[in-house]
Amino acid sequence: MTAILKRELGAYFSSATAYVVLAAYFFFSGLFFNYYCFAMNSASLSYVFSNMFYVIMFIIPIITMKTFAEEKKQRSDQALLTSPTSLTEIVLGKFLGAFAIFALCCSIFLVYAVVISCFAPVQWSVTLCTLLGLLLLGASLIAINVLVSALTESMVVAAVIGMAVGLIINMMSFFVSQIKIEWISKALDKINFFNYYTNFTYGILSITDVVFFLSVTALFIFFTVRVLERRRWS
Amino acid sequence: MIEVKNLKKYYGEIKAVDDISFSVDTGEVLGFLGPNGAGKSTTMNIITGYISSTSGTVTVDGSEILAEPKKTKQKIGYLPEIPPLYPDMTVRKYLEFMFELKKVKLPKKEHIAEVMRLVGITDKSERIIKHLSKGYRQRVGFAQALLGNPPVLILDEPTVGLDPKQIIEIRKLIRGLGKKHTVIFSSHVLSEVSAICDRVLVISNGKIVADAKTDELAAVLSDQQKLTLTVEGSASVVSAELEKIPEVKRVVKKGERGGAVRLTVEYAKGADIRRDVFNAMVRVNAPILEMTSGDESLEEMFLKLTQGAEGGNEK
Repeated sequence: MTAILKRELGAYFSSATAYVVLAAYFFFSGLFFNYYCFAMNSASLSYVFSNMFYVIMFIIPIITMKTFAEEKKQRSDQALLTSPTSLTEIVLGKFLGAFAIFALCCSIFLVYAVVISCFAPVQWSVTLCTLLGLLLLGASLIAINVLVSALTESMVVAAVIGMAVGLIINMMSFFVSQIKIEWISKALDKINFFNYYTNFTYGILSITDVVFFLSVTALFIFFTVRVLERRRWS
Repeated sequence: MIEVKNLKKYYGEIKAVDDISFSVDTGEVLGFLGPNGAGKSTTMNIITGYISSTSGTVTVDGSEILAEPKKTKQKIGYLPEIPPLYPDMTVRKYLEFMFELKKVKLPKKEHIAEVMRLVGITDKSERIIKHLSKGYRQRVGFAQALLGNPPVLILDEPTVGLDPKQIIEIRKLIRGLGKKHTVIFSSHVLSEVSAICDRVLVISNGKIVADAKTDELAAVLSDQQKLTLTVEGSASVVSAELEKIPEVKRVVKKGERGGAVRLTVEYAKGADIRRDVFNAMVRVNAPILEMTSGDESLEEMFLKLTQGAEGGNEK
């Protein structure tokens, strides 16, 4: 697993991917930070955080699109699958590599918090809680997008499907309000990522939210392993 | 060392491998021969655990690939048809990654240096793989398969796309490796297989159509032998005289030029009719200008064999 993780990180930084993603992330978060904190004269980062929900929907598919699609295309998956490394290790290595890049993106919030602390006291508990929420949300989206990448052979298709899935997750609140059949809208509301994420941005650390994101992550990592396993049998 | 039993693989309705069984002894170099799409790569992919068989078992050095995948995969070095390379990495970085991925327990630096020397890529170690020529990429793939000194090496068409000099080098390398490793090697070039391998399996349409030691291959493949003659004289007289020899089955005229006639004589396996032919020609006063004791070329036999199998399947 560490071998794959190391290679993934090397690949992100030897290509433009990591730099483009970091630049895009820093740009948008900086934009929100400037608008909600400086222009509005506020010391609270929570608006910045809740807006990042939309940004990461587009950024994460870019990080993960390569993971399995590219391997399949250049046939390097043959080296992975015939090595004495289990599928779970392979998937975890890929997942952690993408997650590390995402975590690096999110670390910019610590810088923002320090900048704010120069002007006003920072609510560290709220900030760190929200950061945790963002990381958990990212982890579950990365797991979903790694699965998408494992399902296709083209990076572009993986990225587009990943963004579409992100958009659907984004619009979940809209669907919930529009669907009149009660049990469906109730069920959708239960899997509405935004609900779980918003709690974190208020500084509420609830076990339900943490468990929700962790189980989504675990579930999709499991699905990815099954997809790879199934391909071997088809 | 390798034991393959009743291997079958279906892709939906399509039969890719149809009940193949064979075994390979330790230190043996086995050639897989067959036209493109015969099921060579599929069989190799199953042995190495890349894909699963529909039914049948593969045992490598006593461990079964499905029961103990990690243990079994550790014993196999695999060079697929397209080398599994990461084009953006340097050769050294790539080999270091594969070294860790394969969980090799040898001294890392020394072992990688040794493998690079063996396949002749030491001077390319800092180059980025995508900038290498096809021959060098193939060698990097080769190096990757050799990491960890696995007892079994599976090489899928390792010489395709190389120039003649590289082909000779790779063949030499494989022969050298055959001393320490058990090797399965696939190709659709018969001369190559007969040059490198101890034993040849001919596969066609997912079935084994011949399994023989390389030097016995010719005998196994054809049930009759041939003699090619160029004789001065009239074709009809010469043919008639030749057909009187009891072992001769058939005389075929190939051509005539400047009073000389070119013929092939098919005769029963195991017989030696060269002296009889000489005497027969003396009797009709037709000087022999050329006589080649020849089986038909291996290529011809291979074609016949694999086409025959195709015909058989259509029935």
